[in-house]
Amino acid sequence: MPIFASLLFIVIAILFPLFAASAGWHGLLGIVIPCAAWAVFVFGFVWRVVVWARSPVPFRIPVTSGQQRSLSWIKADAAENPSGRWGVALRMFLEVALFRSLFRNTRTDLYKGRPVYGRTKNLWLFGWLFHASFLVILVRHLRLFSEPVVPMADTLAAVDGMFEIGVPTLYLSDLCLLAAAAFLLLRRIVIPRVRYISLAQDYIPLLLVLCIAGSGLLMRHFDKIDLVAVKELASGWICFVPTLPEGLTAVFFVHLFCVSALLVWFPLGKLMHMGGVFLSPTRNLANDSRRRRHVNPWNAPVKVHTYEEYEEEFRNQMKAVGLPVDKE
Amino acid sequence: MSFARIPKPDELIKIGYTPPKTAWQDTPVDFRPGTWSYAGAAKNLTALDLPNPRAWQPSDIDWKLPDNWQAVILEGMKERLEKYRSFRLFMDICVRCGACADKCHFYIGTGDPKNMPVLRAELIRSVYRRYFTAAGRVFGRLAGARDLTVDVLKEWFYYFYQCTECRRCAVFCPYGIDQAEITMVGRELLNLVGCNINWVVEPAANCFRTGNHLGIQPGGIKDMIEFLADDIEDRTGVRVEVPLNRKGAEILFVTPSADYFADPGTYTFMGYLMLFHELGLDYTMSTYASEGGNFGLFTSHEMIKRLNAKIYAEARRLGVKWIIGGECGHMWRVIHQYMDTMNGPADFLEMPVSPITGTRFENARSTKMVHVVEFTADLIRNGKLKLDPSRNDHLRVTFHDSCNPARAMGFFEEPRYVIKETCRHFYEMREDTIREKTFCCGAGAGLGNDENIEMRMRGGMPRAMAVKEVREKHDVNRLACICAIDRATLTTLMEYWVPDVAVMGVHELVGNALVMTGENERLTDLRGTPIRENGDS
Repeated sequence: MPIFASLLFIVIAILFPLFAASAGWHGLLGIVIPCAAWAVFVFGFVWRVVVWARSPVPFRIPVTSGQQRSLSWIKADAAENPSGRWGVALRMFLEVALFRSLFRNTRTDLYKGRPVYGRTKNLWLFGWLFHASFLVILVRHLRLFSEPVVPMADTLAAVDGMFEIGVPTLYLSDLCLLAAAAFLLLRRIVIPRVRYISLAQDYIPLLLVLCIAGSGLLMRHFDKIDLVAVKELASGWICFVPTLPEGLTAVFFVHLFCVSALLVWFPLGKLMHMGGVFLSPTRNLANDSRRRRHVNPWNAPVKVHTYEEYEEEFRNQMKAVGLPVDKE
Repeated sequence: MSFARIPKPDELIKIGYTPPKTAWQDTPVDFRPGTWSYAGAAKNLTALDLPNPRAWQPSDIDWKLPDNWQAVILEGMKERLEKYRSFRLFMDICVRCGACADKCHFYIGTGDPKNMPVLRAELIRSVYRRYFTAAGRVFGRLAGARDLTVDVLKEWFYYFYQCTECRRCAVFCPYGIDQAEITMVGRELLNLVGCNINWVVEPAANCFRTGNHLGIQPGGIKDMIEFLADDIEDRTGVRVEVPLNRKGAEILFVTPSADYFADPGTYTFMGYLMLFHELGLDYTMSTYASEGGNFGLFTSHEMIKRLNAKIYAEARRLGVKWIIGGECGHMWRVIHQYMDTMNGPADFLEMPVSPITGTRFENARSTKMVHVVEFTADLIRNGKLKLDPSRNDHLRVTFHDSCNPARAMGFFEEPRYVIKETCRHFYEMREDTIREKTFCCGAGAGLGNDENIEMRMRGGMPRAMAVKEVREKHDVNRLACICAIDRATLTTLMEYWVPDVAVMGVHELVGNALVMTGENERLTDLRGTPIRENGDS
């Protein structure tokens, strides 16, 4: 069911800009919606992170995946069980840049009446490719927003297109993103237990990304877009002087509308894992709670059973068996 | 323990992993006998001032909830979203990638999709979306939201008391989402309307009043310990003295009460006593703080603090310098990650320094509490113990990493070092089942009761199968561990899945191997089993 709702959503996300473009609503598609989406994204993202950051971390609860730092002759595992700031930095780097925990993934099967644990790197590989190629594509797009073009965007584009397949050259990142998004989507549909846990909000971002990548490829290789016009539109946004150049195509408006939808979608749901991963208390805290006291800002007194109350109840018995007491 | 009412192992292992045809939101919970725990008795709730004490059972249709139960739960959720970044974040950032799904021992053992950590979390996340997010309020089920109904509450009860807070899923989660945190909050919320299990609240109530889970009064503790000292004398010829409530001792020793109450923990306890005696350690135990374990951890954060407060209070009253803690799993979760924050600062204690080796335990500088295995590993490393590992030659040992010391401390090498120095036949289980990837005994977090026996055998299956493998390959006959709950629950688990493997604490190995001043020739181990076959010398 969620998959059909998601498909319906995507069909609308494609048909609406096609319809609006043919109706001539270029101002809405090219300026109003993208700018509003950007505002929602920035405001929403910041707001969500601020809410998280303002909520306290009462206890030091890292999940330890390696040897603790204890006796001097036992080798501690700094990356998997950090005991200080540098260890945490290393752990977070491995987590954020290389998806360390996902790399650990195993697959459990029952074989001859016994569970067996196989290595599986698919989710890690495609998950990582998805995020890395997305990042590369984002950076490449900086050339549309900068004049002169930031060197990083050009360098990256050169590396990305190094195999020089076709004219204009095919970017590897585009292929990777399409392949990875398709894998992640198919995996959700094909593996029964993953389908069982999937919600509409799990399919929709993947479908949006597929639409964005697909329309992008179309504009680069088939229904070619006038880059000068796009750049004029983009500089209009960032200089707050909205302009509507000639030569923007229907495919471009679909691309832009899906990007806008993704931007609005971002702060509303799970895509916020991008910000949240940095704040996860089981990963970003050092395992040093016996070495340094962690303070809970809302630590409040509780009702306890004192020794005096205890002795009061058991004094006679304690004296009878020869246990010392405070009050005779 | 009777296994009469549950399927035989070869039946139980036939587990299907195909999800049901109905969506999880439309699949009601089934309180099948053998898979849930009895409700908390009213007297125990009353003893702890917990809300809504009454006579009820989870299998009842009417749970006798207070009229405003929904408001209570939602208010409680709001409060906890504001108090715990972990809870709020874990409600928000899960992408349902499913990496955690087949990491849970309860999922592997049941095939029930709601035992996938991701779905266990969705049980509460769906309610969070409905009442605390805009998308959930507007789009309802389409946004993964659902109303908080009695059926949802029953589902929470069934599945949050079918999670042992072992954190294995959190090792594999790309965002470190820890189901233990979610289960802990889930149980706190259930407690607000009086839905808890007796196997948790009774030990907690006992502990609050008498200082230990079993409700043993001071005279009883003294008797039991004397009895174990007799056993030591019987085996070794050496009489050990066990100081209780003694003021002015250097060290307070706190261990789970199961260690002095029930086999096979008692043998571990005998090991501690023999070690401390041989060292001439200036220590005391306490009848008031006579429990290291803390069933508050399975109730609420507030209850953790209420029960844990005794340890520092008693250390202060007795005027000790520092504290040693015995072999226990969840006890060490509390001591390592909560105690100092909740009941510290322990500025009235001193930096822990081993009086025998002079080692400063820098890693316990603030909390001032050292794990007995850290203490012993340091002694052995510095050559302060005379050990005869051949006295453990009749044992072929493997080691079970207990969840909490493994994934909340990273306590891997210390016990292995002590084991390797005290016995000569040690075999590791398969890599995917030890250290940070260790599998739970299936009955931690208060689920080790008899009525829950089928679920325990299912949840413990992955651990048991790993033991079975080393049993077949290396003829292993002992499963060592550093957890009192394990010593009780793994024993049952082994009886069911891998008979002929017994369970022991690491200090039982130490007790067997320790050469004591003035001891008789050891003919048996601490259990009274002959250590050499006839004719061997």
